[in-house]
Amino acid sequence: MRIAECDIAVIGAGPAGLAAAARAKQCGACRVILMDRDRELGGILNQCIHNGFGLQLLSQELTGPEYAEHFINEARDAGVETMLDTMVLSVAPGGRITAVNRSGGLMRISAKAIILAMGARERNRGAVTIPGMRPAGVFTAGAAQRFVNMEGYMPGKRIVVLGSGDIGLIMARRLTWEGARVEAVLEILPFPSGLTRNIVQCLNDQGIPLYLGHTVVDVHGEERVSGVTVARVDDSLKPIPGTEWDIECDTLLLSVGLIPENELTRDAGGELDPVTGGPVVTDEMETSVPGVFACGNVVHIHDLVDNVTREAWTAGEGAARFVAGRQPAGLTIRTRAGDGIRYVVPHILHLDNLAARDVRLFMRATRPDERVQVEAVVGDQVVFSKFERVVRPAEMIALTIPRGKVSSGVAAFGSETRLIVRVRPRDCDAGPKGGAKA
Amino acid sequence: MQPRRIAADVVVIGAGVVGTGIARELSRYDVRVVLVEKQADVAFGTTKANTALVHAGYDAEPGTWKARLNVRGNALYPKTCADLGVAYKNCGSLVVAATENEAGYLHELKERGERNGVPGLEVIPREQVIELEPHVNPGVVAALWAPTGGITSPWELAIAYAENAVANGVELLLSAPVTGIGVRRGRAFSVRCPGVVMDARFVVNAAGIWADDIERMVGRDDFEITPRRGEYYLFDKRVGHLVSRPLFPVPAELSKGIVVTPTVDGNLIAGPNALLVGDKGDLSTTAVGLAEVLEGARRLVPGLPIRESITNFAGLRAVAAPIGDFIIGPSPGVPNFINAAGIQSPGLTAAPAIAEAVRDILADAGLALAEKPDFNSVRKRPTRFSELGPEEQSALIESDPLWGHIICRCETVPEAEIIEALHRPVSCTTLDGVKFRTRAGAGRCQGGFCGPRVVAIIHRELGISPEKVTKKGGASFILSGRTKDPLLERADECVDEREEVGGRAHCRV
Ligand SMILES: Cc1cc2nc3c(=O)[nH]c(=O)nc-3n(C[C@H](O)[C@H](O)[C@H](O)COP(=O)(O)OP(=O)(O)OC[C@H]3O[C@@H](n4cnc5c(N)ncnc54)[C@H](O)[C@@H]3O)c2cc1C
Ligand SMILES: Cc1cc2nc3c(=O)[nH]c(=O)nc-3n(C[C@H](O)[C@H](O)[C@H](O)COP(=O)(O)OP(=O)(O)OC[C@H]3O[C@@H](n4cnc5c(N)ncnc54)[C@H](O)[C@@H]3O)c2cc1C
Repeated sequence: MRIAECDIAVIGAGPAGLAAAARAKQCGACRVILMDRDRELGGILNQCIHNGFGLQLLSQELTGPEYAEHFINEARDAGVETMLDTMVLSVAPGGRITAVNRSGGLMRISAKAIILAMGARERNRGAVTIPGMRPAGVFTAGAAQRFVNMEGYMPGKRIVVLGSGDIGLIMARRLTWEGARVEAVLEILPFPSGLTRNIVQCLNDQGIPLYLGHTVVDVHGEERVSGVTVARVDDSLKPIPGTEWDIECDTLLLSVGLIPENELTRDAGGELDPVTGGPVVTDEMETSVPGVFACGNVVHIHDLVDNVTREAWTAGEGAARFVAGRQPAGLTIRTRAGDGIRYVVPHILHLDNLAARDVRLFMRATRPDERVQVEAVVGDQVVFSKFERVVRPAEMIALTIPRGKVSSGVAAFGSETRLIVRVRPRDCDAGPKGGAKA
Repeated sequence: MQPRRIAADVVVIGAGVVGTGIARELSRYDVRVVLVEKQADVAFGTTKANTALVHAGYDAEPGTWKARLNVRGNALYPKTCADLGVAYKNCGSLVVAATENEAGYLHELKERGERNGVPGLEVIPREQVIELEPHVNPGVVAALWAPTGGITSPWELAIAYAENAVANGVELLLSAPVTGIGVRRGRAFSVRCPGVVMDARFVVNAAGIWADDIERMVGRDDFEITPRRGEYYLFDKRVGHLVSRPLFPVPAELSKGIVVTPTVDGNLIAGPNALLVGDKGDLSTTAVGLAEVLEGARRLVPGLPIRESITNFAGLRAVAAPIGDFIIGPSPGVPNFINAAGIQSPGLTAAPAIAEAVRDILADAGLALAEKPDFNSVRKRPTRFSELGPEEQSALIESDPLWGHIICRCETVPEAEIIEALHRPVSCTTLDGVKFRTRAGAGRCQGGFCGPRVVAIIHRELGISPEKVTKKGGASFILSGRTKDPLLERADECVDEREEVGGRAHCRV
């Protein structure tokens, strides 16, 4: 069996892995190996041929492959080594990687640090339990996207999309442009789960009806899908009897969410957050296993690739620091999702980092809201607060806590202290005083 | 056009585990056997959707076919599966009593089992149950321990039976629905499929839930099959450790109740419920049925996490009326037409014994059975990369790099394994066929990742165009046609065959 050694091994060459690998190398790591099971660098971006990538970070509106190319070049220029068509089979708790490919066979790779960037997989029919027959013609939206954009084949001609996730919305438009008829997009929640711009451009502009508060309750057809039965749901998301109707179609596309791909993280012994489905990480993007870092969709599902890249830079820097033995030491404080917030990443912040640099927190709202303050609270102190005109579960919120806002004095509160992030209506002045306003 | 004519001593109708088992048993002898199946592959009927348990045999009424063939079949399993390279695990089974009342019933079951000849039955106390199964409902009172209980892979067994039968000279016709049977002077003499006529000295009816329709083709109407549907949850391998052996509740009236069991591949299944359905094609799952399954399963294993569910499915039991037992033997008045019908549970367990019984009935009816000197009872288990150790894996990749190209990420199935499955003695042309042979697509992403890649491999290896590749034969096409993109049309012309691995057209211009 072949054996390789390196400073940092990066698993997954999507935008997360690419940016993390390049940054780690730029920060002084010696040998950085970037591995992906696909035949090309770029991850899921390769099949996202629509535009809308990189608006924040590169101030350009790029397609997925163009965005990827930018970072592929950067990784190459930095001297990152890549291994494609390479499947990582396991990560032993000690950090030893087993991988396989055609030319190298079975390989052992030992690295001083590992960055997990395996992305996510799509939730499928089994994960959401859609009753009915099991004919051909039920696809996850991403699988259909691969067929259409990369292989040149159509999954069907009359389509119903379940779920208003971004991939489903993008595919509804794409399939319409390819001559298929998208009969409806159904969303079980009372609000869409995709970005507003995608609702507008992919559905409204194409004349595709969106049914909020609706779901598929039956699938028909023995060999190929011949139709679905849909129904309205009540407040507890249960179908309301008597509201069913049938839609004839030959294809059901599922866009019902992504699941962070954490089999390897489990292997390695990393602690997972049940809410995000990804590992618990520090502000260095280090998991609970020392020397194992993570970034991108493997940690939590992102809607904007720009945020993936930002998070990956942090992971790359963190891993490089780890290899150089320059990790932050000292006290940490844990974050917690407060009122109106579903989760916060990272989970653990170093007080030294809070003192020395800006620390970015990513979070999602539990429900849509308007004109709110998103605030970070330690004890009874609002340490930072930011006005948001709208918050939506579909759109990730980033909160950058400026350097020095959380003083090392909070250590005095004791180890049970949390940095709580919450949403507060702007106009009611009930919150504690003394908070800094952004 | 003239139909093709085949002369056979025995035509076996239906290539489920029962029909394939019979064909393989007959292939020991110097007789011409044709096995006909209407679907695109073997094992696509009830054999692909059941609980996959090798029952010990304490359920059935003593003296019935069910009781006898269950116990005999159970005893034949270890050798059958060893010879044919089929997964089988003799893990024992437990009937779990939740109340004192139910515990009393365990003794009744034990006694019935003993009358059926089931060895080693024992009623064990609560502590012992919990020691064996730490995740069982802590309210358990006692359990019936059946050491001969086990689990297997039903489709592996049917595929292996069919492959071994074919290797020993049986002719297998797939996508060949039997449409009529010629009867003259009280004997069946021919079996017709579209484009084929088989002259037959004997006909065996192993058509599962359709066996009554087949019997009607010889002018008999001795039984009527009403399918009784059972629905299931299949759980991720991650939670496979929750139970180590099948856990049954104390049986209900219509079935053995909702079971929680590991599978030989390391997943967990929960089911089935029991509901009579009118339509033999109705394999649908229902919200009500699945809720019932989950509730039943949680009575046995309260910690079963619904979020680890990876798929649902349903199977149809061949419940024959008015006879509750298996119907095995000649149709009244048609002595050379042998039924192996009404084979509901424990049909999978009984299959090896049903094969023996049908063989004996054929011999009694006048089929001369001379053993073939060159019969080979062994069928090698196809190599599964994921079952090997690192040295063996390395050696394989050294021998052929395609062993190093992983197509199914969830189950770690390399390309070489899929190619091999597409070229075995029983033809495999569908996505489900590949799934049942290799597990590509059977994991937690359910083919979301490997589906497009497997379509491309089927296209390349078998020359079936991607639009014509099906999930399970018939009109179950995966794709509806090409996109309009002219660039891709052009790309198609400059694909290097091997380069297309993984389904990507690469145009080097
Ligand atoms: C359809 C779609 C549309 C989107 N639209 C937009 C948009 O318009 N604008 C925008 O800004 N963002 C968009 N996004 C969001 C953004 O692009 C994603 O969040 C981002 O691609 C996630 O990056 P990642 O690197 O974490 O994961 P991925 O891109 O999924 O990369 C993970 C990589 O890891 C590899 N891998 C996984 N496991 C292994 C293993 N065991 N061994 C080897 N390799 C492995 C995979 O092959 C893959 O290449 C979209 C996302 C999707 C899916
Ligand atoms: C829910 C459920 C759970 C079960 N659990 C267990 C268990 O745990 N243990 C156990 O021992 N047993 C179990 N069983 C029973 C077991 O699955 C069946 O007894 C067994 O699979 C029956 O096999 P078969 O070959 O008779 O039927 P099938 O597998 O249905 O095969 C019949 C074949 O005949 C073909 N056919 C039909 N009509 C024609 C035609 N006109 N021309 C050509 N071919 C035709 C069909 O396509 C089909 O492939 C269970 C059954 C069900 C439904």
